[in-house]
Amino acid sequence: MSEDWIEVGSLNDIPKLGARVVNAPDGDIAVFRTASDGVFALRDECPHKQGPLSQGIVHGDRVSCPLHDWKIMLDSGNAVAPDKGCAASYPIKRDGETIFLSLTPNEGCPNEE
Amino acid sequence: MKERLIVIGNGMAGMRTVEEILKLDAEAYDITVFGAEPYGNYNRIMLSPVLAGDKTIDEIMINDEQWYVDNSITLHKGKTIIDIDRKGRKVIVDDGSEHEYDRLLIATGSNPFMIPLPGHELDGVIAFRDINDVDMMIDAAKNHEHAVVIGGGLLGLEAANGLMQQGMKVTVLHIVDTLMERQMDSVAGKMLRKSLEERGMEILMPASTKEIVGDACVEKVVLEDGREIDCGIVVMAVGIRPNIELAEKVGIHCERGIVVNDTMQTFDPRVYSVGECVQHRGETYGLVAPLFEMAKVCANHLVQHGIALYEGSVTSTKLKVTGIDLFSAGDFTGNDETEELVFQDASRGVYRKLVLEDNKVKGAVMYGDTIDGSWYFDLMRDETDVSDFREKILFGQSHLGDSGHGDENRIAMMADTAEICGCNGVSKGDIVNSININKLLTLEEVRAHTKASSSCGSCTGLVESLLAHTVGGDYSVAPHLKPICACTEHTHDEVRAAIKTNELRSVRGAIDFLEWKTPDGCSKCRPALNYYVMCQYPDAESDDGQSRFINERVHANIQKDATYSVIPRMWGGGTTPTELRAIADVADKYKVKTVHVTGGQRIGLYGLTKQELPEIWGDLNKAGLVSGHAYGKALRTVKTCVGKEWCRFGTQDSTQLGVDLEKMTWGSWTPHKYKMAASGCPRNCAEATIKDFGVVCVDSGYELHIGGNGGIKVRVTDLLCTVKTPEEVLEYGAAFMQIYREEAHYLERTAPWIERVGLAYVKEHVVDDEANRKSLAERFHYSQSFAQDDPWEARAKGAEKHEFEALKNINA
Repeated sequence: MSEDWIEVGSLNDIPKLGARVVNAPDGDIAVFRTASDGVFALRDECPHKQGPLSQGIVHGDRVSCPLHDWKIMLDSGNAVAPDKGCAASYPIKRDGETIFLSLTPNEGCPNEE
Repeated sequence: MKERLIVIGNGMAGMRTVEEILKLDAEAYDITVFGAEPYGNYNRIMLSPVLAGDKTIDEIMINDEQWYVDNSITLHKGKTIIDIDRKGRKVIVDDGSEHEYDRLLIATGSNPFMIPLPGHELDGVIAFRDINDVDMMIDAAKNHEHAVVIGGGLLGLEAANGLMQQGMKVTVLHIVDTLMERQMDSVAGKMLRKSLEERGMEILMPASTKEIVGDACVEKVVLEDGREIDCGIVVMAVGIRPNIELAEKVGIHCERGIVVNDTMQTFDPRVYSVGECVQHRGETYGLVAPLFEMAKVCANHLVQHGIALYEGSVTSTKLKVTGIDLFSAGDFTGNDETEELVFQDASRGVYRKLVLEDNKVKGAVMYGDTIDGSWYFDLMRDETDVSDFREKILFGQSHLGDSGHGDENRIAMMADTAEICGCNGVSKGDIVNSININKLLTLEEVRAHTKASSSCGSCTGLVESLLAHTVGGDYSVAPHLKPICACTEHTHDEVRAAIKTNELRSVRGAIDFLEWKTPDGCSKCRPALNYYVMCQYPDAESDDGQSRFINERVHANIQKDATYSVIPRMWGGGTTPTELRAIADVADKYKVKTVHVTGGQRIGLYGLTKQELPEIWGDLNKAGLVSGHAYGKALRTVKTCVGKEWCRFGTQDSTQLGVDLEKMTWGSWTPHKYKMAASGCPRNCAEATIKDFGVVCVDSGYELHIGGNGGIKVRVTDLLCTVKTPEEVLEYGAAFMQIYREEAHYLERTAPWIERVGLAYVKEHVVDDEANRKSLAERFHYSQSFAQDDPWEARAKGAEKHEFEALKNINA
């Protein structure tokens, strides 16, 4: 679905269980790295009060928003129940250590039109 | 092939165990459930509100049939197990079929006890136990006018109340002369009787039933003294008996109940049992909270985690009759060793009795105003020493200085729009609706669904009361020893001990060693683990930045719009023209939106982006300004007055003392934020008596005060001791800070910590034991030797660059 891959950096630029920000024309995108080196990209805004998810604590397959501790799934961007809402997620492609990001969000997030 | 688990009994205890198993390891078993009733799993404690017309059956279902499908559980409704072949490990069903198991869980609950009076088998003589009984009572109300309830206990009175709500005239017959005598003393029992009679209930006691008379259906009840009462229905609510028929038949050891050990295992190692059918350490239970505790332990062993023990439950009771508040817990009758505290106001209808032994609450009875029930219950369960507030205890928690919520009225009287949680704007109505709609039973669930009590926590007592009030009866607060979070079963103290004894020198090491249930913890436990590791092993390598909250990771406070604030240290609240110029220059250069003087005598700059932080810090460093740690669970500020250098009342040099204290302690991490102050005289302008450690100078020396805070619940300090010299102030200050660092739970301030361990404990270890004080102070200074580097300077020079720079900028 997305061909507009943009190289954003290398795996080692992101700390394990951490995140970095990509400044994009429509707003910041947070790129996360899990303990098992999974890489995920979400709009850097919590669906609750727009807290910067890139600043949260990453654990398992989710991140906790730094403002009010909502838990957001890294793959889908969905808030963990019982909270509701989602942050748009973006496709990531890996070539060895190099990370590519697409600016076309994945489908399935009704918050993002 | 997966192991097979068969559950006999589709009630609350059995299904709660299954839910706990699914939570721990959904793949552990193929689960098959047999239930004799033709329903899914419903909340039996809510039958009274159904009878009273306050709720419908649908509202009290816990798991509908789809839940069984969704979780791949085979449910056999309306089927009864008639035999168990323990050697062949299979159960035999009443329809002749046989099912094999690897593990068997017996959760057959209890049966109502029917007194074998003449006539007890007539139509219209029923118990109050399941949906069927409720249906029969509702039917009876349509066709008859008068009902008799035999039994004036909890269940009997709830049944009587429900039948009155259905429009019947009800007579309650009770064998002794006090209603609910297992929960109430005679005073509360009389008050209860009066309000029930005012509602139109007829109560005869002591009243012994001779026989029930009728042709095919019940027509009247005859008492031993010859009185006769006409009625169309008789409800027997005189108690329950563990349902052990099946277990006994197949030779599993039973006494009053099925005997289990602390892991909920019966004498047959393949067979477990939970709920009302169980006898544990000689006790049987008929309330819901113990069932949930049993379920948790049982599930833990069934999935072979093998670390939980059930050690019995302390229970409390409330009556689910709208408008009547009563509460009882523990031993409320007392004995020769106990004392009683009693408060009684007959015209307001309020009665409270506490039974104390050695200044600890052993039991409580309350009538009329029960909002403090959960508080007394906590005091009882935690065995808190109440001598410090004994003279006020009967007036409730709000009289201990609970600012902001000081004069909370009875929860039942509050309007639905009343705000319960001020932090998240949650009203009483929101919480009650969520409890009803989502069928919430625990505080944690209410927090998750409504956010009430999830921020500052000051409304926790109110939310618990609401929960008790809404789900009624035998709700009780969560188990005594709480795990850190849902990632583990271990408590804070257990984790600390393990980190120490097993030399766990990293967050990862602790998570692995203690077998966390989640791969790398969560935002709640990781910061706690990181603190515990760092406190135990203060060398720099043990600190894990990714396990710190963002503020501590980037050494600035995140604000609501994702900008940051910068607050430099000002030693003891003192500053210089050079420093002020540097701050003004920075404010100009970076176009700071707000400059604000903080409560701790510092200057804060607000609205800065993360990217500019290192450069700002570099500019501030040039003027000698360093990090103020206003963002950390750490030493924050030492507030001072100008002392005897200027003040005509000053007795000592409080300003220099404050500077010395701050120089000694800055950079140290603590379980929660830590504030100090030094006042030059008892007028106490630096407000030292609401600080974690406060010094009040007097002519003869220095008073040391501990455990105060402002904030949500203001607590004035306790006086630790008085010392003669500034050197001693520093030694005691270091020792106190270290014992707090080593022993308090993460995110527990000194105030609640001292209330938990007692002032006497702190005095014993810090004041009376000189060797221990010196060794605490020594450990504090050792830790400080690694901690006192300005984090701003390092980052201004390029450390941790990745925290402050974007990975890539593709705006072009």
